[in-house]
Amino acid sequence: MPAEGRPVRGPGGRRRAMGPRPKIENPGKLFWRLMRYVLKNYTLHCVIVVICIFIGVLANVQGTMFIRSLIDDYILPLSKSAHPDFAPLAGALGRVAVFYLIGVLSSYIYSRLMVNVTQGTLRNLRNEMFIKMQSLPIKYFDTHSHGDIMSMYTNDIDTLRQMISQSIPQFINSFVTIVSVFISMVVLSIPLTCLTLIMVGVSLFAAKKLAGLSGSYFMAQQRDLGGLNGYIEEMVSGQKVVKVFCHEEASIREFNEKNEKLFESANNANKYANILMPVNAQIGNISYVLCAMAGGILALNGVFGFTIGKLVSFLTFNKSFSMPINQISMQLNAIVMALAGADRIFALLDEEPEVDEGYVELVNAEEKPDGTVVPSDSRTGIWAWKHYHRESNTTTYQRLEGKVVFDGVDFGYHDDKMILHDIRLFAEPGQKIAFVGATGAGKTTITNLINRFYDIQDGKIRYDDINVNKIRKKDLRQSLGIVLQDTHLFTGTVEENIRYGKLDATHDEVVAAAKLANAHGFIKRLPEGYDTMLTGDGASLSQGQRQLLAIARAAIADPPALILDEATSSIDTRTEKLVQQGMDSLMKERTTFVIAHRLSTVRNSDCIMVLEDGRIIERGTHDELIARQGKYYQLYTGKAGKNLAG
Amino acid sequence: MLKTLGAQIKEYKRDSILTPVFMILEVICETIIPLLMASIINDGVEEGNMQHIYLAGFAMVVMAGCGLFTGVMGGKYGASASAGFAKNLRKAMYENIQTFSFSNIDKFSTSGLVTRMTTDVTNIQNAYQMILRMCMRAPASLICAMAMAFYVNARVASVYLVAVILLGTILFFLVRKTMKYFNQVFKKYDKLNESVQENVSAIRVVKAYAREEYEKEKFSRASENIYRMFVKAESLTVLNNPIMMFTVYSCIILISWLGANMIVGGSMRTGDLSSLLAYCMNILMSLMMLSMAFVMITISVASGERIAEVLNEKADIVNPEHPVMTVPDGSVSFRHVSFSYKKNARDMVLKEINLEIASGETIGVIGGTGSAKSSLVNLISRLYDVTEGEICVGGYNVKEYDLDVLRSEVSVVLQKNVLFSGTILENLRWGNADATEEECVKACQLACADEFIRNMPEGYHTYIEQGGTNVSGGQKQRLCIARALLKKPKILILDDSTSAVDTATDRKIRKAFAEEIPGTTKFVIAQRVSSISDCDRIIVMENGQIDGFGTEKELLETNKIYREIYESQMYGNGDFDEEGKE
Repeated sequence: MPAEGRPVRGPGGRRRAMGPRPKIENPGKLFWRLMRYVLKNYTLHCVIVVICIFIGVLANVQGTMFIRSLIDDYILPLSKSAHPDFAPLAGALGRVAVFYLIGVLSSYIYSRLMVNVTQGTLRNLRNEMFIKMQSLPIKYFDTHSHGDIMSMYTNDIDTLRQMISQSIPQFINSFVTIVSVFISMVVLSIPLTCLTLIMVGVSLFAAKKLAGLSGSYFMAQQRDLGGLNGYIEEMVSGQKVVKVFCHEEASIREFNEKNEKLFESANNANKYANILMPVNAQIGNISYVLCAMAGGILALNGVFGFTIGKLVSFLTFNKSFSMPINQISMQLNAIVMALAGADRIFALLDEEPEVDEGYVELVNAEEKPDGTVVPSDSRTGIWAWKHYHRESNTTTYQRLEGKVVFDGVDFGYHDDKMILHDIRLFAEPGQKIAFVGATGAGKTTITNLINRFYDIQDGKIRYDDINVNKIRKKDLRQSLGIVLQDTHLFTGTVEENIRYGKLDATHDEVVAAAKLANAHGFIKRLPEGYDTMLTGDGASLSQGQRQLLAIARAAIADPPALILDEATSSIDTRTEKLVQQGMDSLMKERTTFVIAHRLSTVRNSDCIMVLEDGRIIERGTHDELIARQGKYYQLYTGKAGKNLAG
Repeated sequence: MLKTLGAQIKEYKRDSILTPVFMILEVICETIIPLLMASIINDGVEEGNMQHIYLAGFAMVVMAGCGLFTGVMGGKYGASASAGFAKNLRKAMYENIQTFSFSNIDKFSTSGLVTRMTTDVTNIQNAYQMILRMCMRAPASLICAMAMAFYVNARVASVYLVAVILLGTILFFLVRKTMKYFNQVFKKYDKLNESVQENVSAIRVVKAYAREEYEKEKFSRASENIYRMFVKAESLTVLNNPIMMFTVYSCIILISWLGANMIVGGSMRTGDLSSLLAYCMNILMSLMMLSMAFVMITISVASGERIAEVLNEKADIVNPEHPVMTVPDGSVSFRHVSFSYKKNARDMVLKEINLEIASGETIGVIGGTGSAKSSLVNLISRLYDVTEGEICVGGYNVKEYDLDVLRSEVSVVLQKNVLFSGTILENLRWGNADATEEECVKACQLACADEFIRNMPEGYHTYIEQGGTNVSGGQKQRLCIARALLKKPKILILDDSTSAVDTATDRKIRKAFAEEIPGTTKFVIAQRVSSISDCDRIIVMENGQIDGFGTEKELLETNKIYREIYESQMYGNGDFDEEGKE
């Protein structure tokens, strides 16, 4: 149908009716699961659709059947009569017209209903996928490439759309057509039906042969296309290096080789796919000819009561029989292709969400003069942990302070390979803890455990003396600010991006946070100030400016504890100074865990943890560690100390 | 656009012409078949003439055979014409990209270029095949069937003419309208997917702020919106089929009525009725096909335009006519150089730069981001052309040199550097294809890369993954330096090339350079004062101008910016160096 096909979106998204079928286990089960999903919300729709398809097909068949009676019952008798009376014919045609009209109407109704079924199902699927995705642990995103995740939202949803809106109804349509046409043909003439069936067999055989040939070339085409695309991507990304090394000639040579290979396989794949259509059409024509000849002989001799009218009708059926049979195999292929996508989508929906057995909540609170903390309905700026004790059936309130304790924590991304070993640390409210060590020593990993991005294998992490496992994740994370090294901004205005830290913040609060983060200055200079739209992860801003926004975002959340990942990348000295000042003012009076790269940060820390291979090998203040002359001393001075551990 | 793309058909012109020719022949065969069919009924069955049935039947089989042959040939040539066209398009684009200068490359984003060479070409390939096969076939089929219908019975055929015009008009407006809707929907749809992408890559931020609920709400609003737009657009599309059916059925009823009257009246024969019905289907189907092809082509127009953009892009740096083929020495001079990335831009990135650098000097360049350090050195190997003034290398204006010669003698280690998939040796030989293994090892020793390479499982034959993902940042930088050294250049430019290398190794590399290649003029851009403090002279850049130029000692006395950077880095605010992970 016009405009229904999505613009072809790259090799992954191409619909290949003849391409190799992807392998999926138990397609039947998957298909029914998908059907159940569709039917869940659209049972009535679907029932009506199936009924309408039936009516549509029957209307078409009755029309073709009428051709017989038109010739045999009306035209032939009429031409023999001296005073032809056309009134009965007009009446018959009127009846046919009414049936046709019903057919047209039901065809419209079913197509229209299918729009809602398809789009509604896809909307529900998309929403469920997204909701599920939000609930998944970080680990899922570590182990699945973003490209693969995205392809579910684009390619897989697109092929599903194709399948639900077209392949399945057409499949039903073809099926009903085949059955009803077959019955009609049998009614008209059994010998001719046999002849037609034989020709259909021939045509299916040819189609299968060609599809096999074409399929293997399609596979080769996909492979070569992948190879060439990979090469293009690599070379074009490195185009400047190619220029600097005058490597143009060599890269053109290699490109041409790959390009030529793709041409070969693409040419063959398309050739066989293209041939299929005329082969089917002409076998259909030959089938038509054979039926015409055989039917002609039958009609001529009046065998089995065969008439010209029957022959004309039969020939029309003959044409409308081979078409749906050829289509059915194409539709089946499309359905299987889409099932592969459905498989991936259901796999996402089946993923285990992040478990959260926490029950300690974070609530607004006020502190009574006597020092007790009581919950409050309004935003007070003071937070408390609402802790329900089952044994005593009491609820206690404890002021949020930001004390963090690690006690013998072991952690690995996989159970069989520990990355952190026996981590012990202690941060009093307001203290600044710095982590230093080589890349891969485990600094970032430790900070990811505090807010439970990952769960530890052994040991305990306590936050204000509450085991973090008991705290609701949402509340735990809200009480911890985080500024990551690679800043992510969202599409929206600058103000919206800052407000992400506190959704109900007023404009004044946003400005105050920006000022605290040293971001106000550059924001003012943006063309639309706080209303400047950011797109593509804040692509229009410099790295330093994006960091300033991330700091402002954390500042507005005003968390009691903070995790900071200082940037290693060299941003220009002046912005860097601003970022540094922003971070410093953010750290004030907050428990801070900082992955440190700057001397000043390290030196001003209350405690420095030196990490190596997932263990804390040294700890203490700057002066203590320098005096120790160990790893820290070596890192700091670039000279080997006397007590170099490890 | 058509002219640009059409020029790439080249050796596939023959196939491109043969395809529609065969398609038209196929159509003719197919149109004759219902005619023969009618004759079987009229002159065979009705007259009781078996002879005629065999004859006409045989003719029909022959026609079907011809149809098969022409159809297969059409399919074959169509495939090679479109695949070949796509191949030539890719080739032409790739070759043109290779001539691009840096400013041409900057104009297109990498992903933009990749999409143009992949998805867009595939779109064009499909559309081209569609044009060659369907766009010829459908009108031909329409005209032939119409002509035949008129030949069989002009009065009845006039019904078709009216139907075609009516249906054609309705389809045309319907398709145009739905196209408009769909363009809007797809734009929104892409936006929705972009926001999913954004969410996926920022998932840590989402989780850290516990904003899952907020994101869900945002998404479901957008998703609901998309749903409504899709339903609206598709509600129009689904009109197509019923309208088509309505037309077909109306024709059948009308023909039946007219036909019956005429047959009874003796002005038409029974067989003609069946052929007229067959032509009816042919005509209306081809109309449907045309509207489908129309959609396909409209969709691919945007792709075609994007491809043409790349093909029409003219490289703005080309070889001079009589190039100088040798660079005498490594001296560099800038004379009144101003530079801007955009032509006719008022804001110059570099302003009025004057420098005289002797062969063999080591020059440090320091300054904030945006102070145009990289722009300054990129001009030396003519990666960009100056906007005003001139730059001389070895006494000649850089514009007089052969580009390959100049760039071999002026070796740049880019800030954003890339290794390619292949072994370490293969990567190194980008610098010099004929370099022996010893020479490669020597270069690596100079760049302090030899040691870690030897520690790798397969040493110099270790395979580097695409993008160099299996080596650390510091290792990658050192490999890039070694690769640049293999050119044995007269001028070596290190653009912040040791930022991920730890200070001790950095020091060692600089020492090796000073001792082993003293005759090479060296430019070192760095953020760290320590990386440039032992240079012969240092350039301090600020806002595209030279703020200071001299030895470190001089600068510390006279240059405020340098002193500031120096003090902040030496006392208190400097980097707490981590060792590169080895």
